[in-house]
Amino acid sequence: MTKYIVKRLLLMIPTLLGVAVLIFFLMRIVPGDIVELRFAGESAYAQKENLDKERARLGLDQPVWRQFLSWMGGLARFDLGTSMWTGAPITEEIRLRFALSLQLAIMATIVAILLAIPLGVIAALRQDTWIDYVVRVISIAGLATPSFWLGIVFILGLLIIFKWLPPMVYTPFWVNPVQNLAQLIWPALAVGYRYSAVATRMTRSAMLEVLREDYIRTARAKGLWEKLILSRHALKNAMLPVLTVIALEFAFLIGGLVVTEQVFNLNGLGLLFVEAVGHRDYTLTQALVMLVAFVFIFVNFLVDLAYAWLDPRIRLR
Amino acid sequence: MIPVRSRSAAHRGLVAGLAGWLLLSLSAAADAQERPRYGGELVYVVPTEPASYDGHREGTFALIHPLAPIYSTLLRFDPNDRTGTKVVGDLAESWRIAKDGRTYTFKIRRGVKFHDGSDLTAKDVKASYDKIVNPPADVISYRKGQYTAIEAIEAPDPTTVVFRLKWPAASLITALASPFNWIYKADILAKDVHWYETHVMGSGAFVFVEHVRGSHWVGKKNPSYWDKGKPYLDGYRALVVKDGNAQVAAVRAERAHVQFRGFTPAERDSIVQALGPKVTVQESPWDCVLLVGMNHEKKPWDDKRARRALTLALDRYQGSQALSRIAIVKSVGGVQVPGTPYATPPAELEKLAGYSHDIAKSRAEAKRLLKEVGVPEGFSFSLKNRNVPMPYEPVAIWLVDQWRQIGLTARHEFIESTKWEADLIAGNYEVSVDTQCSYAVDPDLDLYKFQSMGISGNNYGRYVDKTLDDLYQKQSRALDAEERKKWVRDFERRLLDEEAHYFYTLQWHRIIPHSAKMRGWTVTPSHFVNNQLDGVWLSE
Amino acid sequence: MAIGRPVEVVADVPEAARRRRRVAAIGEFCRERPLGAIGAAVVLLNIVVGLGATVIAPYDPVATDYGAMLARPSAAHWLGTDAFGRDVLSRIIYGSRTAMLVGFACAFLGATVGAVIGVASAYFAGKVDLLVQRVMDIFLAFPLIILALAVVSILGTGIFNVIVAIAIPMIPRAGLVARSSALAIREMPYVDAARAAGFRHRRIILRHMLPNVMAPYLIMLTAYLGQAILAEASLTFLGLGVSEPTPAWGLMLRGAAVQFAESAPWMAIFPGLAISLAVFAFNLFGDSLRDALDPRLRAQ
Repeated sequence: MTKYIVKRLLLMIPTLLGVAVLIFFLMRIVPGDIVELRFAGESAYAQKENLDKERARLGLDQPVWRQFLSWMGGLARFDLGTSMWTGAPITEEIRLRFALSLQLAIMATIVAILLAIPLGVIAALRQDTWIDYVVRVISIAGLATPSFWLGIVFILGLLIIFKWLPPMVYTPFWVNPVQNLAQLIWPALAVGYRYSAVATRMTRSAMLEVLREDYIRTARAKGLWEKLILSRHALKNAMLPVLTVIALEFAFLIGGLVVTEQVFNLNGLGLLFVEAVGHRDYTLTQALVMLVAFVFIFVNFLVDLAYAWLDPRIRLR
Repeated sequence: MIPVRSRSAAHRGLVAGLAGWLLLSLSAAADAQERPRYGGELVYVVPTEPASYDGHREGTFALIHPLAPIYSTLLRFDPNDRTGTKVVGDLAESWRIAKDGRTYTFKIRRGVKFHDGSDLTAKDVKASYDKIVNPPADVISYRKGQYTAIEAIEAPDPTTVVFRLKWPAASLITALASPFNWIYKADILAKDVHWYETHVMGSGAFVFVEHVRGSHWVGKKNPSYWDKGKPYLDGYRALVVKDGNAQVAAVRAERAHVQFRGFTPAERDSIVQALGPKVTVQESPWDCVLLVGMNHEKKPWDDKRARRALTLALDRYQGSQALSRIAIVKSVGGVQVPGTPYATPPAELEKLAGYSHDIAKSRAEAKRLLKEVGVPEGFSFSLKNRNVPMPYEPVAIWLVDQWRQIGLTARHEFIESTKWEADLIAGNYEVSVDTQCSYAVDPDLDLYKFQSMGISGNNYGRYVDKTLDDLYQKQSRALDAEERKKWVRDFERRLLDEEAHYFYTLQWHRIIPHSAKMRGWTVTPSHFVNNQLDGVWLSE
Repeated sequence: MAIGRPVEVVADVPEAARRRRRVAAIGEFCRERPLGAIGAAVVLLNIVVGLGATVIAPYDPVATDYGAMLARPSAAHWLGTDAFGRDVLSRIIYGSRTAMLVGFACAFLGATVGAVIGVASAYFAGKVDLLVQRVMDIFLAFPLIILALAVVSILGTGIFNVIVAIAIPMIPRAGLVARSSALAIREMPYVDAARAAGFRHRRIILRHMLPNVMAPYLIMLTAYLGQAILAEASLTFLGLGVSEPTPAWGLMLRGAAVQFAESAPWMAIFPGLAISLAVFAFNLFGDSLRDALDPRLRAQ
């Protein structure tokens, strides 16, 4: 088992390295220069010689390989550097937004699980009846609705019908839980509903698989409730693909909710991402990508561990 | 501001608009009679965040809105003047201009203190302006190019600052009144000239409390402000709200009193509909405009006839009527915002290409010109545009449609802002939407861009026109108002009509629906001006 | 993801008989899975409307009409007009064309390239497999939106670039699924036997591994169709997709539609419905297809 863990941990490194190289060079291929962007805005007075001064200050005049090495050196020391756009340390830029995005991801995942598992199990137990159809329609509707559309409908609904708007500023949970939840429950519901769709389907098929097992089928004489109790052990294994899917989606939730954040006015990582790329803020974009990639790879690692724990064939290899 | 000869439907609409405008002015005047009430926190929303905290370095309103209340400037624009062109003193008690226009002497108020308790004297003003006009090697001054006329700045005694000029500059007072010219503490600048990029410390009506990135800014009342009795507010809070609809929702749900940039007509209507008498709407033509730039290095735009054809095709008056319902554009204007001192009156403006009321005739001539140049029917070219929905998108849709009427097919390319800039700078485009926003209505500011490539850093048309440059210099140094007007008109005629290097679409229109509780604030054509909030108060 | 157990390779059967079997299978599908059939019907409707847009649409989708801006649904304009007086129904019809084009192109590109890479990687195993897995992992770990942003920033906007921007993140995901299915086969003794017998790689891949990957491939395809349409709508909403005045459903939901949501709700409701309906149909169909193709569920 330990050999398996070590092997998996080691495999994380080349992936992270690959991501680092990819984002570094991708950003430099994309046309546009942060300095020009900043000082050639809506007014006409940008002075050319000043732009070079700025580039030198940001270290952009150095040869590319040297920039790469100094960034990698910083990463090795867990020093993410400073944002090229604001000059503030990146940890400061990310801190609050990461807290919000993380909380939102967790809440959305909880909503998704709370919806998916009961719905999936019911749909499987009552396969091909109208209950099954209704569940499938509901869950697919979640997949089909554009997330920004749902968000807009939520906000407009709250505003027009209840004349109420969620809090506009993020307060961390431990500071003021009521305000915190009042702000985040709506996007969590919108996002969670969408993500429950895939999980519902997987739960349903996993449950169906389990129900095919002979010892359950032969218990046909017994009621559904009994079937559920009997299958709980087998269900544990069958839920593995569901777990994988949820885990993969969780990583996506950390940095990917750009449109949701825009519509619900959340100060999260998604919008920070878009801004950083829009500003060609190399250091910030690189740091964000590494963060998201790390979360993804780490979550994957945890899932692999869970698989290994549950499946002796892998554990004993 | 209102064209004299107009079609009947437009006429009715404009009369209604005039009546409405009068009503608003009257109510604003009535406001002024009421006694200001002390107390309350003003909450407003800001759409973006600035890169640094240094006003000398930045050019975005995103810095002005949250931090202008913290700082004092030497001069500023009268907060009660709707045209946003009247300069009054902030730190300057009075000033004298020498007859030859080359020496400006300012008397600085006594008893002004910085928020850290130290006194503000002439040497702080001098140090700040030295940084703006003649910055050290590694410091960027965004508007340095405006102050080339200044030779030296002196502070002979603690209450006097003297500016010596190399040549007379008609717009120096306006340039000095820039809302970005914050007065910093000389001692701090001497120790670390970059300090203000990451720190805030001023002498204005409000003291800086905090800025949480991506979230909000807070300021509180300055108890030792030099203008006794002000400010009226206990403090202010600026919320960062990036999405347009979320901003509207904030004002609508009475979470915020105002958004100081501007809303669209539809947003205004939804707020008015929801809040009724609880909201006041102030509107003004805006000193921002979308231009059409043509790359003079690409055929057929190197030929001025082809360029003229493009501007002749636009029915600006009909466009104004239609687009002002759905976008933040409205007035038809030339190089200066209609209604301001140097704007060309409508009767004169009509004579320029593209401003005639007889659109059929204009379009016929456009087609003729295209044929002369040899541009085939159905000729297709790319129109690059910045990927910002308002008002870039609606104006571009209108442009494409108008050019269809003369047999041209414009392929609209909506490009990410950064790439769009990069393309413009590199000359990688045929025809493009371009933009201009000045912090005040002033010919020096508004005409700078159109000078030849090499002089103007923003001339993306890539042309060289010495006559135009010459006209710019003439108007810049003309101390007599009438003489200056003449040069400005000549410049306008050459730019828009004879050479058609660039042309104007429609002037933006600033619409500010705000809580009726917010008083003491008047809209101006510039969203950079009148943000110090010292005269603003909240009624109950 | 659930992995299908290996299928027997279909033995040679006369052409006509096979065709009859296929038709019968389709009929059976419609009867047994009505939801899926409905989904398929809507998909077909979308395709037909998209192809026949020029004939079906009552107005030119880019023709502005300043006299009829923001008009309510009426006899002249069944679904009303937008802020420029353009007919909403016509724009939706033409938008269907864009949606189908983007949807199918992305799904095919993403699923096929991914499947090829996944199968090849599984087959060749060893170092090749390890390397390909790492590369796919890297792309998987990369945030989708950044990839799309980067592609659009480099290539610019426009339909073709949008297709590339959406397809690229799909490839590693498809590759992963294809690889796991193919892996299951590779372990099978008859594949080893085939290699021992000296059959060429291509023959083994095509005749033995590919049929097993078919089922997950088709499922991915239908899933990606829906996702691609949504991705295009999101990208366009952010301003990174196709530009005005091209009629596209995502574009119609941008900006003006939300501003006028109260005074002219038809501007936003109908494109939103169109997107949801299309994606919904694709997913229904894919869902039922998956049920039909899953051999374990078939054996009821």
